[in-house]
Amino acid sequence: MRTRWLIPTVYIIFLMLPIYWLLNMSFKTTNEILGGLTLWPQTFTLENYITIFSDPTWYMGYVNSLIYVSLNTVISVAVALPAAYAFSRYRFLGDKHVFFWLLTNRMAPAAVFALPFFQLYSAVGLFDTHLAVALAHTLFNIPLAVWILEGFMSGVPKELDETAYIDGHSFWSFFIRIFMPTIAAGIGVAMFFCFMFSWVELLLAKTLTSVEAKPIAATMTRTASTSGYELGLLAAAGVLTIVPGAFVIYFVRNYIAKGFALGRV
Amino acid sequence: MALELKSVAKQVDGEVHIHPTDLTLAPGSFNVLLGTTLSGKTTLMQLMAGLERPTSGQIWFDGRDVTGVSVQKRNVSMVYQQFINYPNLSVYANIASPLKLARIDKAEINRRVMEMAELMRLTPMLDRRPSELSGGQQQRTAMARALVKDADLVLLDEPLANLDFKLREELRDELPRLFADRNCIAVYATTEPMEALLFGGNTATLHEGRVTQFGPTMESYQHPRDLISAQVFSEPPMNAAKVTKQGGEFLLGDSIRWQADASTVALADGSYRLGVRPHRVTIRPDGAQPVAIRGHVRIAELSGSESTVHFDLSGNDWVSLSTGVHDFDIGAEAEFHMDVSRAMYFDDAGHLVGAAGGRSD
Repeated sequence: MRTRWLIPTVYIIFLMLPIYWLLNMSFKTTNEILGGLTLWPQTFTLENYITIFSDPTWYMGYVNSLIYVSLNTVISVAVALPAAYAFSRYRFLGDKHVFFWLLTNRMAPAAVFALPFFQLYSAVGLFDTHLAVALAHTLFNIPLAVWILEGFMSGVPKELDETAYIDGHSFWSFFIRIFMPTIAAGIGVAMFFCFMFSWVELLLAKTLTSVEAKPIAATMTRTASTSGYELGLLAAAGVLTIVPGAFVIYFVRNYIAKGFALGRV
Repeated sequence: MALELKSVAKQVDGEVHIHPTDLTLAPGSFNVLLGTTLSGKTTLMQLMAGLERPTSGQIWFDGRDVTGVSVQKRNVSMVYQQFINYPNLSVYANIASPLKLARIDKAEINRRVMEMAELMRLTPMLDRRPSELSGGQQQRTAMARALVKDADLVLLDEPLANLDFKLREELRDELPRLFADRNCIAVYATTEPMEALLFGGNTATLHEGRVTQFGPTMESYQHPRDLISAQVFSEPPMNAAKVTKQGGEFLLGDSIRWQADASTVALADGSYRLGVRPHRVTIRPDGAQPVAIRGHVRIAELSGSESTVHFDLSGNDWVSLSTGVHDFDIGAEAEFHMDVSRAMYFDDAGHLVGAAGGRSD
């Protein structure tokens, strides 16, 4: 068993190699990247990062992305909370079918909705706004959030609801002061997934914006074709794109573990 | 202050959960709802509390129709089998919760919470979260919350069922004391006849959504109105068998016969159902009129001081409960003695028609 370290090590190298390579490239000049294979930067430079943080066409990409992602997360979870409660607590005509139909929204490729959304949002004057992207992403995120939250809510006995009513809580008082803190882990997990999906989604975000609300991923793809190859700059932008996700994962990692234990995530 | 159910019935999706029920619970009384799982105890309690609306019928409290009054506006409280507390609040805040919602001033809340915590022996745990307590402490917190607000109606839905044996005994002893000087109506649901007998008060036996009998506990136990009530109020289940009366004699199967006594001799000849409680079927002859019966032993459970033996008596599953430890070979034939001076006789419809000695226990 002397080689038992081997497989995990190989696996981790395999996983980390692309990320290392990206990081590696972000500290190189474009000439060095194109010049030949080097395992670490020969001429270490922070120029790429400086450019991103000083040029508004770059950093506004992050700001735009963060704005619509946050907006989307708040809208999705706020709408999903009462919906999930209804699915978990009440039986009504066609409840199971509606629940399934909600999930099928996640199964359609985003490309299907790109054209109708573009036309629709242009017609109502929402094109190139943060709200347009946030609303478009709720199509995928509300069903997901409902599904996750329903799992957590069904884990709470309905006797808790009854006890609260008996104690004198009104429905909303119970929901906000007792129920939401009880399923805080579930809300955390739902927010995480909404954040993640909205953060990585490119097609709708790109289709629905041009200048004012242009997301970082779109900025990255467009820059590649304007002033030749700026691979170092793109690599730095890529590294910075990973950071928010890594942050969020770090904060909700315990909740996610709980979510997996409950069998819903 | 009495609670009255007036032909209250509940159906869900065309399925009958509670048959039309009339029940009057007196103020200051302790009432036990006794029945097996799914007999409708919880539904009946939800109807009493106002958590569920009856499909038909009315609920009156203190001479007022409260059928449509929401649960928030009724002064009730409830304790569940699961330990239900607010997980995000401390024990103190849990107990204070109903008082806070009733807008009672802070000093008064504090006084009552501390008093209740003292009574429930929760004082050292007031700052903790419910999840940091043992099962017994969690349930005591739930009870403290139910009792602190001086509700008119306190509903306890199998509150001891999820506790281990020792804690159950402990809380069971405390319960009557907690209700002794309260003028509320207490309703206690349980599956165990023993608990009903321990608490006294009144007992309602429930079977498949129907209250089969309601009255003082001892009265219900000794004078069951019918076979179902008697069976609900017997643990292990009451032994039953078909018997025939011929002249002054009862005949069970082909060979077991005994004389009718003064209170059963007047019964007309014909077939009856015999009911004998397990502890009246013993290994050694016992009681005023023991009759020998033989059957094949199916299961023998020996606890420290008692032997519970299941055996087959002409096609019926019978249970014998004797003191002392006795050894049995499974499948072998053994002799038992039933004391027919404590037997009950029911007609074909299940109504009690005669009890030897005028009562049965």
